[in-house]
Amino acid sequence: MTTTERIGDRPAPAAPALELRDLSVTFRTEGGNVSAVDRVSLDLAPGEIVGMVGESGCGKSVTAMSIAGLLPDSARITGSIRLQGTELVGARDSVLRRVRGKEIAYIFQEPMSSLNPVLTVGRQIAEVLQVHERMSRRAARARAVELLALVGIPSPATRVDNYPHQLSGGMRQRVMIAMAVACGPKVLVADEPTTALDVTVQAGILQVLRDLRDRLGTSILIITHDLGVIADVADRVVVMYAGRVVERAQVTDLFAHPHHRYTAGLLSASPTPGVHAGTQRLQEIPGLVPVLSSQPDACTFADRCPAADTRCRDAAPPLAAVATATDHLAACWHPCPIPRTQPEEASA
Amino acid sequence: MARYLITRAWQSALTLLLSTIVVFFGVRALPGDPALALAGEDRSPEALEAIRHHYGLDQPLPLQFAQYVGRMAQGDFGESIRTGIPVSSMLTTALPVTAELAVLAILIAAALGVGAGVLAAVRRGHPAEWLANGLALVGLSVPHFWLGLLAILYLSVATGLFPASGFVPLLDDPVDNLHHLVLPAVILGTGLAAIIMRQTRSAMLDSLSSDYVRTAKAKGLRPRAVITRHALRNSLIVVVTIVGLQLGGLISGAVVTEQIFGLPGFGKMTIDAVFQRDYPVIQAVVLLTATAYILINFLVDLLYSVIDPRIRVTGDPA
Repeated sequence: MTTTERIGDRPAPAAPALELRDLSVTFRTEGGNVSAVDRVSLDLAPGEIVGMVGESGCGKSVTAMSIAGLLPDSARITGSIRLQGTELVGARDSVLRRVRGKEIAYIFQEPMSSLNPVLTVGRQIAEVLQVHERMSRRAARARAVELLALVGIPSPATRVDNYPHQLSGGMRQRVMIAMAVACGPKVLVADEPTTALDVTVQAGILQVLRDLRDRLGTSILIITHDLGVIADVADRVVVMYAGRVVERAQVTDLFAHPHHRYTAGLLSASPTPGVHAGTQRLQEIPGLVPVLSSQPDACTFADRCPAADTRCRDAAPPLAAVATATDHLAACWHPCPIPRTQPEEASA
Repeated sequence: MARYLITRAWQSALTLLLSTIVVFFGVRALPGDPALALAGEDRSPEALEAIRHHYGLDQPLPLQFAQYVGRMAQGDFGESIRTGIPVSSMLTTALPVTAELAVLAILIAAALGVGAGVLAAVRRGHPAEWLANGLALVGLSVPHFWLGLLAILYLSVATGLFPASGFVPLLDDPVDNLHHLVLPAVILGTGLAAIIMRQTRSAMLDSLSSDYVRTAKAKGLRPRAVITRHALRNSLIVVVTIVGLQLGGLISGAVVTEQIFGLPGFGKMTIDAVFQRDYPVIQAVVLLTATAYILINFLVDLLYSVIDPRIRVTGDPA
């Protein structure tokens, strides 16, 4: 199976581990409804690492949380989320509980606050095993030690009795990963797993994720605003803006030829060694991600886009295959064919 | 830990010494003369003088204080001016009554308060929350004595469900003992239950929206495990603090409650002593109350480190 075969809107040859179809999420708030995610579709093949990237507030975390029904009661979810064929949208709590931690597991951004401060890390890992694998306390603890070793924690037999505050940030995140992979989930959702960590620790964590994918065949959805992380681990990337998927492609393809103006903006806002070595200012995208009460039939990026015209404000561009590759989709009326390594005109 | 205990012991000793001084001179600054209270019919100056001399009340205050502290150091609380009974034996009969009442009241308050607080937080916006909030408001605003009188009127006098007054020692008849104490303990515990409920509710709302509760849900735990093992355990630290702070109020509440229900406890002993200017008894009860308060606070501090592993007791100033 080559990677290109499982991409795009065509039916994939291997059944995807996770399928999102037209997923929309709206929150009821005191100030009215807020549309956070709009008709997002995405497949995650077995063993694939997909990166989801975008600015704060673009809906990437909401998408991630909606998968296992972790959003608050004020969220209204429509569309379809299928985990190996099981529909999760509107599923009963008992179904979701069986899936959570067992079939689909999460790693969150801030490992300090995501771990319970008053329970030992061993206990927190063992808990998952006791619930899903019906292990005894003793067996679960022994397995917890193995899992800590698996994610690269030194002297796991001692660390198992530590409390989160006794560990470093990187070790805490490894504990989160150990907890997440305890039951061998099919899908791992990592929501900004390295954002709170420094760069050297970050590389270690990403290596652990890659290893797990290789060893256990886990599909990983990694959510980040850091393009460096995407370039490092992801096979495929989904760019989100204001609740919509605006571009979807193989990582190498996207970095070489971004089609959506927003993607291009994101890429030129990241430093590239050699190009931005103190000689050139980074490009910023002016403005902020809008907060939408409903999704308009228009391109939501138009107000910040240098190429926007009336067409962009009159009709939402569909997510369609670009001319150069069938597995590269973009939702833009005026895609930019220019490689991003020549942004001199824009900066002049 | 050893350093911590030493620091604590010093602080406690100082607190006790200060409270001894304050109460010793405080009661003597009050208007009223114990000799007059004791003299009865014969109020001749000679009789009063004889009484004062007998109890050492005619000596200079500093000397009286020195003698008092000296005797106390030997565990001698003196004897009641009013009855001549040794204060220590009065305490041995009164203390168990109050201790039992207070422990029962705390247990009832903690059970009701934590239960209702968790319910109110978990069932946010449901009628259960309104009910719990409403009851808490009533519990906080209605004074003990009035609630006690109502309880006696409707639950004792009208229906005969509970005895209106009196006390049976625990060892004599445990069931009858409980029967006598349940009503006073509930009345005494209501205010505390209301405070615990409100604190539990707000602490639970905080922890229920925390990241680690989200993690617990993401692990597929049952709601009961998420609520008790993860959210409640983290909320308890706040609750324990509040309970610790409120125990002083519980002691003064016990004074009123014992008076209403005619319980022969510490509170009743205190009130009688104050009215009769029974200096040795007042001194002893105040000192004991202060000791109890210090001990309770110490226990609360130790409990913190049991609940929250991040808190370790040390001798270092915070």
